[in-house]
Amino acid sequence: MLAWSGESIQEESGFCRRILSGSLSYRLFRGSTMAKMVTSRAGALERRGLSDEQLVAMLRNMLLQRQIDNRGFQLNRQGKIPFALGSEGHEAIQAGAAMAFVRGKDVLAPYYRDLGLVLGCGFTPLEMLNSMFARAADRSAGRQFPNHYTNRDLGLLSISSIIAAHVPHAVGVAYAFFYRGESGRAVLTTTGEGATSEGEWHESVNFAAVHKLPVVFLVENNSFAISTPQSAQMAIQNVADKAAGYGIPGVICDGMDPIASYAAVHEAMERARTGGGPTLVEAKCYRYLSHSTDDDDRAYRDRAAIEEARKLDPVPVFERLLLEHGVLDEERVKALKADVLRDTNEATDTAESFGYPSPSDLYTNVYEGPYEPWQ
Amino acid sequence: MNNVDAVRLALHDALVNDDRTLIMGEDVGARGNVFLITKGFLEEFGPRRIIDTPLAEASIVGVAIGMAMEGLRPIAEIQFADFIYPAFNQIVGEAAKTRYRSNGDYTCPLVIRTPYGGGVRGALSHSVSIEALFYHVPGLKILAPSTPADIKGLLTAAIEDPDPVLFLEHKKTYRSVKGEVPEGRYVIPIGKADIKKPGRDVTVISYGYNVHQALDAASRLEGENISIEVIDLRSIRPMDKGTILASVRKTRKLLIIHEDNKFGGIGAEISAMVSEEAFFDLDAPIRRLCGPDVPAMGYALPLEEEFMISTDRMLRAMRDLAAF
Repeated sequence: MLAWSGESIQEESGFCRRILSGSLSYRLFRGSTMAKMVTSRAGALERRGLSDEQLVAMLRNMLLQRQIDNRGFQLNRQGKIPFALGSEGHEAIQAGAAMAFVRGKDVLAPYYRDLGLVLGCGFTPLEMLNSMFARAADRSAGRQFPNHYTNRDLGLLSISSIIAAHVPHAVGVAYAFFYRGESGRAVLTTTGEGATSEGEWHESVNFAAVHKLPVVFLVENNSFAISTPQSAQMAIQNVADKAAGYGIPGVICDGMDPIASYAAVHEAMERARTGGGPTLVEAKCYRYLSHSTDDDDRAYRDRAAIEEARKLDPVPVFERLLLEHGVLDEERVKALKADVLRDTNEATDTAESFGYPSPSDLYTNVYEGPYEPWQ
Repeated sequence: MNNVDAVRLALHDALVNDDRTLIMGEDVGARGNVFLITKGFLEEFGPRRIIDTPLAEASIVGVAIGMAMEGLRPIAEIQFADFIYPAFNQIVGEAAKTRYRSNGDYTCPLVIRTPYGGGVRGALSHSVSIEALFYHVPGLKILAPSTPADIKGLLTAAIEDPDPVLFLEHKKTYRSVKGEVPEGRYVIPIGKADIKKPGRDVTVISYGYNVHQALDAASRLEGENISIEVIDLRSIRPMDKGTILASVRKTRKLLIIHEDNKFGGIGAEISAMVSEEAFFDLDAPIRRLCGPDVPAMGYALPLEEEFMISTDRMLRAMRDLAAF
């Protein structure tokens, strides 16, 4: 029997049962948790206030993420791009979190495995492909690694590859909202579970808690930091339990369920927007692919476990759910898939046709104004 | 006024003149900073603008970067330069690269102030010089002025600068160095060295506390008919190549003095640059007078004194070079 305190939305929920009886049970919900749980009943469509249109938009986002994700790996294997990162298995939490993000108001400080989240916040497939191909048209003008999204117009913070280094920046933005009295705005920042081992993650959550800042710390827990399992990362089963140490709410959501994910992140963002301070949300999800095109997970993961986890693949599961409940029909699903494939192909062709930055672009934007490098 | 007064005045003016500015650091509030630089600020500007942060240097800088990216003008304080190491990643990996990696989409107008340097019985962890650890990094600006007027003008410039600035204040000069400060608002452009004393025979380049010793030595050598030109670097990055080369081409002899150790120090870059650009203008090998190549100065007085460069050693080095 699971034990947790606090408000419980779905004790003995479908997700818990499904997980506990499945291959992921070794890592999920073992022991007790202090965190609140957000899940849906198996097979039930719990809308959480979402319209048909929003549900379909989430499915489209998940399909698009899957398509562009795979495109990155294909282009790498074709020798067209040097590197790609995949986020397969994170589609549900990211579609849900993106639906909870208010464009034009909120700020997002994502991490590198957040393709679906940034797409859902307005980043375009072409921007993503420009980044993959390192084109001059890319926002960073071909400087950044793929998946290091930047777009100030969308409120997307620029990030580095240093794990958790962006989390204090998210807190600083939240402080600016507080400082200027801009209630109704919140910052969403994301990491994997490995990032919560970093001192900067801890310092950031603590700072935000002390000042009750409008920020949500979303941890997309796929149980692996490249090859290192969660058990080597921390001595607890649930990242959300760390929240208690900071005096903020901790929430666990079914990160394979976009609607539960939306509900958890939406509630946390609303709390932040209305002066309730930060929340730590842990989304239990899975990473189906290797860490990146440069990684081979056969060195550290059992194939059978991945195959078992595939049964929980959130993209076909959510598609079936919407079909079963008549939110859309087979024709519409086919059209959506054709649509995202066309978008991905067009973005690929366009980005590929663009040029690289010129060598002289290496010397711009070091400081404001013209720059003479030291010789 | 002294150097502490100059720092305080520049900070106070910035807080009065620009609502976007705020100060954050350890003990900057009720305590008024450990050197009493921000004394009274909490009462005057309130806890939103004078933030006593948790004891965590990485987030002092990291949170300030986020504020800067969002349009505020944070002034972060690291209580002692020795404590800046936990923030190294945020300064080098993040602040210095924010503009560059986003191709100008985001900027990081941030000032990090910190007291550095020895001669105050600070031992291993309250006396280090950190400038060489950071001056390798493009995207940062590093200032180390030595007089009240320079501190006021350069700290004001740093706060108004659109890029991250590391502002170093030598502790031994805090109350020992006094000087006139111009009335009202003024800025000193970042990247300009200052010829504190013109001379003919030897160029001495230094910064921080050592500048005052070098000026003292130079004035004593007037009696020996040795004319020393003392250049206060003030800005370590960007570095004022023009002023350095013009002076060296005039005196044809160069002595570089800094408290930080020699290996890979600021003097290494200056001497390499002068060798590349003005080798045939030199009448003597470039000489560097620096702290010893040991991890730090000790707490015991003889250990500290051995580490710090005495004015007598400066006198000898200047005489030797003049006679070369």
